Amino acid sequence: MYTGLTDTEIISRVLKGDQRSFSALVDRYKDYVFTLVMRFTDIREDAEEISQDIFVKAYRCLADFRGDSKFSTWLYTIVRTTSITFLRKKKLPTTSLDQENTLVQLENRESSFNANLVEKKSRQSMVKEAIQLLSPDDAHVITLFYQAEQSLEEIGTILGMEPNTVKVKLHRARIRLKEKMEKNFSHEVREIHGD
Amino acid sequence: MRYGKYMVIKREDNDSGIWSELYDKNGQPLKINKMNEQEQIEDRLWNYIDGLSDPAEKSVIDQLITANIEWRRKYHELLEVHQLMSDAPLDAPSMRFTKNVMEEIAKYQIAPATKNYINKRVIWGISIFFLVMITGFLIYGFSQINWNAENTTSTEILNQYNKLPKFDWSKFMTNTYTNIFMMINVVLGLILLDMYLQHKKEMRAKNLETKN
Repeated sequence: MYTGLTDTEIISRVLKGDQRSFSALVDRYKDYVFTLVMRFTDIREDAEEISQDIFVKAYRCLADFRGDSKFSTWLYTIVRTTSITFLRKKKLPTTSLDQENTLVQLENRESSFNANLVEKKSRQSMVKEAIQLLSPDDAHVITLFYQAEQSLEEIGTILGMEPNTVKVKLHRARIRLKEKMEKNFSHEVREIHGD
Repeated sequence: MRYGKYMVIKREDNDSGIWSELYDKNGQPLKINKMNEQEQIEDRLWNYIDGLSDPAEKSVIDQLITANIEWRRKYHELLEVHQLMSDAPLDAPSMRFTKNVMEEIAKYQIAPATKNYINKRVIWGISIFFLVMITGFLIYGFSQINWNAENTTSTEILNQYNKLPKFDWSKFMTNTYTNIFMMINVVLGLILLDMYLQHKKEMRAKNLETKN
């Protein structure tokens, strides 16, 4: 019913009182939002609760969306703030690679992945698992750039950074991802390179 | 071969590394730090893959990928990673997710845009008030300085400060003034509470109207 409509058209319908058309936006962005939230927490139930909260917030503040940026960029800003707030409330660490406990956490996660290496993984699930091995910051930047298809400028708006800083962050995140893949999925990586 | 600010020179010897093929217009090697060679190659190739290279650099990298086996190998390796990341599957929430969201938002109304309820005149008023205060203090402060004084030391400055007419705040900090101040605050608080409850009542009435 709403498939042919642009985000802006759907938003103007919602603002005119057609609450049901908001479901089109939910359907369109739920996977992106859920994936981004999963970069902050590994617990699916938590991720689902946060994602739901994000869409409710987006709905309530829809009148504040001025159309200066893409709707997705505006929505992902809510994703970031809501996820961080939720994690703070739950007193779970909003991890950064600089923090010591993050490194410990990552090492633990890595060892569990090593144990599971026996089973063969598809290329896609390998990348997915390698992204999960990254810090939330790195994983978030990579997901925004590759999966949510946001430009460096848009990611800058979401993260509150200069595009050049985002570029450096993205570059470092890719290096770390490549290292994780080579370290944890060396067999699959060799297969990909045809060695 | 020249490409804008870069120039590619094919060398016969293979022992000088990949970057030795990249020279500036004067024929000087562009990059000589071999420690960071791999990093620099990757950095440039990522920019190239992301479409962030400028046309001159793009031409040089095109040329290097075609001519140099090491650049070609690295390019394909990074391109593969790029492709894998772009194709990484998205996580999906439960089947009922959209329904849950729609049930939840049915309880809410869209809040009016922030710019509608923040009165710009109030913001301007506050800004002007503070600007006037700051300017007033500055003018008063500067007017008290003796610009003709020579060899002023810190002790003299302190003496001059002590000579300034003192404002006696203590006469305003009496019980009567404090009580008046507190009473005004209480009255303002009650007015605000009344406004909030009135607004809530109106919203509830509007909700009932929409549901009916």
